[in-house]
Amino acid sequence: MATRTRISASEIAEKISYLCMDANFNLNEDVLDALRDSYEAEGSPVAKEVFAELLENAKIARECQMPLCQDTGVAVVFVELGEHVEIADGHLCDAIHEGVRKGYKEGFLRKSIVKDPINRINTGDNTPAIIYTEIIPGSRVKITFMAKGGGCENMSRIAMLTPADGREGIINFVVETVKIAKANPCPPIIVGVGIGGTFDYAAYLAKKSLLKSLGSKHVNSDTAALEQEMLERINNLGIGAQGLGGWITALSVHVERYPCHIASLPVAVNIECHAHRVKTVVLGV
Amino acid sequence: MPDAIHLKTPLKDSDIAGLKIGDRVLIHGIIYTARDAAHKRLVELIDQGKELPFDIRGQIIYYVGPSPARPGRPIGSCGPTTSSRMDVYTPKLLARGLKATIGKGHRSEVVIEAMKQHKAVYFAATGGAAALLARTVRKADIIAYQDLGAEAVMRLEVKDFPAVVANDIYGNDLFKEGIVKYQRG
Repeated sequence: MATRTRISASEIAEKISYLCMDANFNLNEDVLDALRDSYEAEGSPVAKEVFAELLENAKIARECQMPLCQDTGVAVVFVELGEHVEIADGHLCDAIHEGVRKGYKEGFLRKSIVKDPINRINTGDNTPAIIYTEIIPGSRVKITFMAKGGGCENMSRIAMLTPADGREGIINFVVETVKIAKANPCPPIIVGVGIGGTFDYAAYLAKKSLLKSLGSKHVNSDTAALEQEMLERINNLGIGAQGLGGWITALSVHVERYPCHIASLPVAVNIECHAHRVKTVVLGV
Repeated sequence: MPDAIHLKTPLKDSDIAGLKIGDRVLIHGIIYTARDAAHKRLVELIDQGKELPFDIRGQIIYYVGPSPARPGRPIGSCGPTTSSRMDVYTPKLLARGLKATIGKGHRSEVVIEAMKQHKAVYFAATGGAAALLARTVRKADIIAYQDLGAEAVMRLEVKDFPAVVANDIYGNDLFKEGIVKYQRG
């Protein structure tokens, strides 16, 4: 039997707390590159000015350690837990919630979570986080934090298409979702698409696909072609940055596919705003 | 910013008559914050024939729920929230003399019509440019509904607050016209 690697719950909480602040203050280089490229490529003067503002905003947020956006999001945490890891002195989920509580307090981040979807009383500390855990081989824990804004999450959609709808039906649904969303998800957006699996798994794949770096192409060339076609059709809509008209509505489209039932074709579209706040840490050996 | 139009609050009809969709503006002076919950209360006061907590005539309302201010700073990050959620309340405020609103995203036909009728404009600020917009805020005071937390009504003193005219007093809509201009295929 392999040796257990011990990782303390307090270390996990500490790292999560740091990721909450790091993600909200420091925009990743891949997003900055995409914004710079878009500034150069955009034909609409109004939209070009939006890109200039977003680049300046990222600079100010970094320098002043201020949130890029006042909506500092719901904390979505993806954990890849090595099967030889033992969480010492506590529980994994408790540690994650504790880290979110600390990070949102110390970082002066907005608390945007309500206790109940109907009664709507604020929890006051931005917990609970949404946690996805996957058990993987090995002795490491990889934790990815995402601050997911409400405006873009609200414009996401899912459909149970029929197998006959096929590739074209999938593309049409994705493009239609962006068209309906218009300015609301704060374009330029990033589009995550999950195809296949089940009703719930397609949505999970869509969200998980957002973790890939911008501009990265899918390893499967057929999926990469699908991403490219969706991106072109989305950008042909003319919605543009902030919905004010322009050539660049989406910075990137990421697609994940999974086997599914012979009767089913689930398609989920998770929309992400340009304030794409994702940070990762790896613990253990 | 080149070619931006400088506007001082409170706004007069003559200040906004010349504004066209797509114009860049820089706003100076006092603006008031309000979002969903505060709008509900303001419109309840109007329906009951009561006074509002501030004189709304000629003023600008900014749809925002800021992040908490760090010690020594007037405000946290403060970008616009989605304006369409306020559409149901806006015509009644425009009828009371509100001259402009600031937010992100398009307005309803009813609001666009009310802006024409009452000679008011809608400015789009950049959603997600919240640190940049915070830098334009010199002073922030809660003037009503402190119990609403991030949704309380605040009086902001701003300098060079950047926005673009999305709806003018003539019924034009940049969200519609801009998209038509750049769509392809």
